[in-house]
Order: sequence, then structure tokens, then C-alpha cells
Amino acid sequence: MKRLLSFLAMLLLLGGNAHATQPLPGDSVYQLPVQLTGQDGRQQMLSARRGRPQLVTMFYTSCQMVCPLIIDSMRLTRNALDPAVRSRIDLLAVSFDPAKDDVAALRNYADRRKLDPRIWTLARAEPAQVRQLSGLLGLQYRRLPDGEFNHSSELVLLDADGRIAARTTVIGRLDPSFVKAVDALARGP
Amino acid sequence: MRASALACLGLLLALPAVAADYVALPGGRFTSVLPADGKAAAAQVAPFRLRTELVTNAEFLAFVKTHPRWRRDKVAPILADARYLTHWASVDVLGEQALPRQPVTRVSWFAAEAYCESEQARLPSWYEWEFAAAADATRRDARADPAWRESILGWYSRPSSTALPQIGGVANVYGVRDINGLVWEWVDDFNALMVASDSRDQGDPDLLKFCGAGALSMQQKENYAVLMRIAMLSALKAADTTNNMGFRCAKPD
Repeated sequence: MKRLLSFLAMLLLLGGNAHATQPLPGDSVYQLPVQLTGQDGRQQMLSARRGRPQLVTMFYTSCQMVCPLIIDSMRLTRNALDPAVRSRIDLLAVSFDPAKDDVAALRNYADRRKLDPRIWTLARAEPAQVRQLSGLLGLQYRRLPDGEFNHSSELVLLDADGRIAARTTVIGRLDPSFVKAVDALARGP
Repeated sequence: MRASALACLGLLLALPAVAADYVALPGGRFTSVLPADGKAAAAQVAPFRLRTELVTNAEFLAFVKTHPRWRRDKVAPILADARYLTHWASVDVLGEQALPRQPVTRVSWFAAEAYCESEQARLPSWYEWEFAAAADATRRDARADPAWRESILGWYSRPSSTALPQIGGVANVYGVRDINGLVWEWVDDFNALMVASDSRDQGDPDLLKFCGAGALSMQQKENYAVLMRIAMLSALKAADTTNNMGFRCAKPD
């Protein structure tokens, strides 16, 4: 009986996620515990996104310059895929600016830009974890005295286990080779 | 009662032999080699505390023993490259190539961060580090003194094949030791310095790679010992380790 109970408890823990039974690859960004809070206020570990390919970027909502284009590029890239393939990837944009980008700011931005919450997660994390995430993804940012940020603009493709599969610095228009990489990964072997 | 006394004793024994020393630095307006706005603005440094000594091999070994995920045979490759702690005799023995009081090197930024967290601290920001490193034994800002700049540059000409000195050098005016002349040091925002790119290059396919007020222009070009630090940090990724890159930690005031 005891055995059965612990077996059931284990099943519950695994949550039916097939990937959870496999050890996490050493080169997965999910190796580092990063706590995200989404535009819906829901908290989630970054590693909870394991299991599906992710298109990831970093931005901030008050950014007037390139950030709107980053979000456009995410959308363009997803829309360049066949409708059936599109639904297999998730989009994640994490803020460089946790001080200003609270849940309300993120939700506001998602509403304004008409970002479907079934597809998009706009998220914030605590400052130390934002720095860690930028290190994992190879993105750079620096806060300026006027509250703006200098930052690199890239889209990063993660495979289902959180390994960086491809990246692009092409922003504001489609990068065909990146689309190809996303398409291949989403279709699977 | 006796049990709790024993528990207390156990706790005491579990603590590092000597807790790391941190000294208070006043901060303030500071003319950095990296203008805060990328053009000319001075940096504002809030009061903070800085570790007087670099983290040593002995201290990092104690950390690795209590945090085994940072052992060189256990660490995830995304958090530390293949050279991580390879100068240690084994995963938990320092050996001849890594003396207890030498600063620990071949540690990644992620590992340095995790260590500082274990001291309820963090890595200093670039501005905090540069602020502390501007002082000499008697002056808070010795940077205008050519003799002082020369003495720091002397370090760069020391062959990297010679063994690293141990910690315990001369303290600067704040009581911080070995901040110039022993090792390179990780800072929290090492990947924020961005000297390699100028986003204003017209026709550059990477035109939009950097957003914001554009690339930084460097000030005080005569202070190139510090500029070399920035160049070094900017060239690294968070999982990289090098023979001469160590760290110290900082805390809020």
C-alpha cells in the first residue's frame, strides 16, 4: 500500500510530462532556476516550459525604439510557419526592466499589441534572475540614467529541452534561415 | 538544553572558520570610463559594502563541498565551461596548483554569482568595482596620478605563466585589498558594457542589434588599464572561465 501511494505521488509530481522523466541536458537553459511572472500574474519556473519548443526574446514595454520591432519579428516568424506547425511553439518575451514592468504593465502591453495569451507569455523576473537569464541566452543590456536600456536584440529558439537551437539578430523583417530552423524544430524529426 | 547547546556548537562548526570581511564604501558621483548615458554623464554609485579580499581557493572549496552542484564533475556545461576548476588536484582537493590562499580562478560568472549568494551577497556592479579600484592607499581617487597608473599597468606586463600571488596585499584607503594587480574580476553586469559594437554604423546588417542611446564612447583613454578590464569582460560569456579571472562579492549598504 505504501509503495502504491508513493508511486501515485510520483505520478502526480511528474504531472504526465514525458520530458520530466528524462534527465535535463547539461546545456539546457532550464538548468538554472529562473522564476517568471507572466502578464496574467501567474508564476512559473522557466523550466516548466520544457516539453515544447520556445521562441524567446528579451525586451521592455516602455521601449520606443527597437522593442516593438522585436515583438513584430516574433510574430512574423511564427506566422511564416504552416498553421499546423505554428501551434507547436510558444512565444516568450522577458522584460529587462522588472522595476517598471510589473504584471499590469505587461498585461497592458499585451492588450495594446493584441498578443494572444494562448500563444504569448510576457514575463518579468527579479533583477538578479533577469541578469542570469540574459547570461544564459547571450543577450546584453544596460540601464541608462534616463530609465531607457541599451540592449542587444535577438530572437532565440529553444528546443523542447531548453537547448539553444538557433538565434537571429535580424529584427524588423524575416530571417529566412531562422524561420527554416524554427520550422524544422517544430515539425520534429 | 544540552541538545540545543550541542546543536549550536554544530552550527558554529559548520560556519566557515572566518567569515568574510566586508567594508563600507560611500559611493557617490563617479566619473567612470564608461559614461552612464554612453556620452558624458557621471555614474551614481549608491553606498555599498565590498569584500576586502578576493574569494580564495580554500573558500571556494568549502562552498563546493556544501553546494555539490558546483563541483567540476557535476556542474551543468551551460553554467561553466570545460576548464572550470581544472587546476584543482581533484573535484574536492586543491593540490599544488591551487594554494588555499590564492584567489580562486577558472570560475564562471554563474559560479561566482552562486558563491556570492551563499554569502548573502552578490557580485559588485561594474561601477562599484571601478569606484573601489580608483583608490590607492591614501586617496579615494588616484586615477589622475601618472605614477599610480603606471604601477597598475606594471601588472599587465607580469608573465601569466608565473604562479598567482596569494591574497593579503596592501589595503587601499577603504581597506580593500588586491583589487588592482592580482586577477581579473567578474562583475554582475559584465555583459552590459558593450564596447565591441557601435549601433550607429550605417548600413550595418546588425544595425538594430543594440537599441537605446547607441554605443558607448569611452572616456579617459589614458586610463587604459581599466579599459582593458572592460574589453576582457565584454569578450566573455557567462559560462566562460579563464586562468586569471576571479571575483569578490558585494552587499548593499
